[in-house]
Amino acid sequence: MKLSVGPLLYYWERAEVFEFYRALERAPVECVYLGEVVCAKRRALKQSDWAAIAEDLAAAGKEVIFTTLALMEAESELAALARVVAGNVTIEANDMAAVQLAGGKPFVAGPHLNVYNGQTLRLLGALGARRWVVPLELDTAAIAELLGERPQGMECEVFAYGRMPLAFSARCFSARVRRTNKDDCGFVCAEDRDGLTVYTRERKPLFALNGVQTQSAQVRNLIGCVSELEAAGVGMLRLSPHSNAAAPFAEVIEAFAQAARGEQAPRCPPSALPGGYCFGPVLERGG
Amino acid sequence: MDERGPIELVCPAGSLPALHAAVDNGADAVYLGFRDGLNARNFPGLNFTAADARSGIEYAHGRGVRVFVALNVYPRPKRWAAATAAVDAAVEAGADALILADAGLLGYAAQTYPQVNRHLSVQASASNWCALEFYRQHFGIRRAVLPRVLSVAQVRRVIERSGVEIEVFGFGSLCIMVEGRCALSAHVTGESPNTHGVCSPAHAVRWQELPSGRQVRLSGVLIDEFAPGEAAGYPTLCKGRFEANGSIMHALEEPTSLNVLDILPQLLTAGVRAIKVEGRQRSPAYVAQVTRALRAALDACQRDPAGYRPLLTHAAALERLTEGRTQTLGAYSRPWQ
Repeated sequence: MKLSVGPLLYYWERAEVFEFYRALERAPVECVYLGEVVCAKRRALKQSDWAAIAEDLAAAGKEVIFTTLALMEAESELAALARVVAGNVTIEANDMAAVQLAGGKPFVAGPHLNVYNGQTLRLLGALGARRWVVPLELDTAAIAELLGERPQGMECEVFAYGRMPLAFSARCFSARVRRTNKDDCGFVCAEDRDGLTVYTRERKPLFALNGVQTQSAQVRNLIGCVSELEAAGVGMLRLSPHSNAAAPFAEVIEAFAQAARGEQAPRCPPSALPGGYCFGPVLERGG
Repeated sequence: MDERGPIELVCPAGSLPALHAAVDNGADAVYLGFRDGLNARNFPGLNFTAADARSGIEYAHGRGVRVFVALNVYPRPKRWAAATAAVDAAVEAGADALILADAGLLGYAAQTYPQVNRHLSVQASASNWCALEFYRQHFGIRRAVLPRVLSVAQVRRVIERSGVEIEVFGFGSLCIMVEGRCALSAHVTGESPNTHGVCSPAHAVRWQELPSGRQVRLSGVLIDEFAPGEAAGYPTLCKGRFEANGSIMHALEEPTSLNVLDILPQLLTAGVRAIKVEGRQRSPAYVAQVTRALRAALDACQRDPAGYRPLLTHAAALERLTEGRTQTLGAYSRPWQ
């Protein structure tokens, strides 16, 4: 079982981002996803910065994939995507616009492409997909069904650790809860380093707001079923970055690396984010 | 292009009486789904049997109205055979177009029934011309329904660059998330629009009367509490009241309805080909009233776009039918975002 570090979904400070990826050079992961999925306005890092990080990670032996926006509306966003695709890089497509622009070059079908059956999977395979990330709402039974229908050479990646990206909107919720809107956001999402937790009126953590993205408050943690996923044919597990100091991300990676090596009872730090851990499929029921 | 003019009014039908109401009150096209859990309004007691669909299509065609069949969930492998059977049944019943979201199913329809129009469902989340071009090249889609995320200016630019007809939502409940990319309901109930054609399924909803008011829960999660006498809406997760940033608020969106009555001329000028009314779960009476008001407004707007003003009678009729009696232009208006 291989491990990947998924794209950084939050808006961290520039120096912190460099530091985070510098540390990953020595981390026991095979693949690192770089770039922005959530909001085109987040430009603390330029494309040249990402390219420099990519170079260092590749030199350290990591497979590097450039991710792409999940919601593309503006011409400027399409133009930026076209520039990324034109480079000598592999992309993660999170919108069919990216598949279209990839024009047959190998790509990763991201979690937001909506691949729910073998027909769609084979179609994307014929267009260049070499790996696909299972949609967050599919449970293990559905993943097993899909694995039975995948084309040869198609690798399956599962989101295994992190607050789950559940939805995207035109509206920026980080701005809205601070009584402003997207055009005047002032990059307030940067204040919420792991998303802003939304609670029910009974104080149960429900969602985490991250710009135009809504996440689960709970952290999905599939460390308990790594061998089960491997037996089903899953080839890569995605760990989604967080900044939570009480559960250092480096220790999370180490625990998953132990599990991936088949070690019993890997030592994963307890989640200190409100909501704690949940075991996928999608969900623990009830409030 | 039909005789009613360049913008088509596309109205919802969750039942045969609703279809009759839409046809009789001025719809140019009606959309419906089968009773098979494979479309985005998979509600108990709603939708069409194959026989009802044939009867409805005959009724509509007899009056010059087209009928589209929505098959817009993303079928899992074990539902694939049912999904292709539904495509077959829709064609058999005489549907004028299939409304599809899943790329695999679009491929099946394009190969098996190349002569039947394929419309890209809003559930396909295609929000830019490049994504639309993907679906046009690979599946020959004729039309696409845009997600409710674009401003009017962005809608216009998509139309300028796109080789397919564009349909946009004009009235009804407002999804604030990109359609097809929302798993909020899945997270709490295990069922979502993509997988089951439902959002906040009725079987997961529990109302409880308390001395302090009413509580509503979804799979046990408290979505909202209403004071005595306060209007209580259906508990979708995106319109619940939660605690965020230190205060209790509609963290994502208030209960409100989309209503484009005020911007019809802009949509017309932008080149929109069809206006879609949400609401297959609504009553025939609702469908009749919304269809009548929008028919009159569209006719007035197309006769004289420059002089168009929404008539108070139409505006009032529509306002009475909105969720929580409030309405919005949603993403069409930039400040909403």
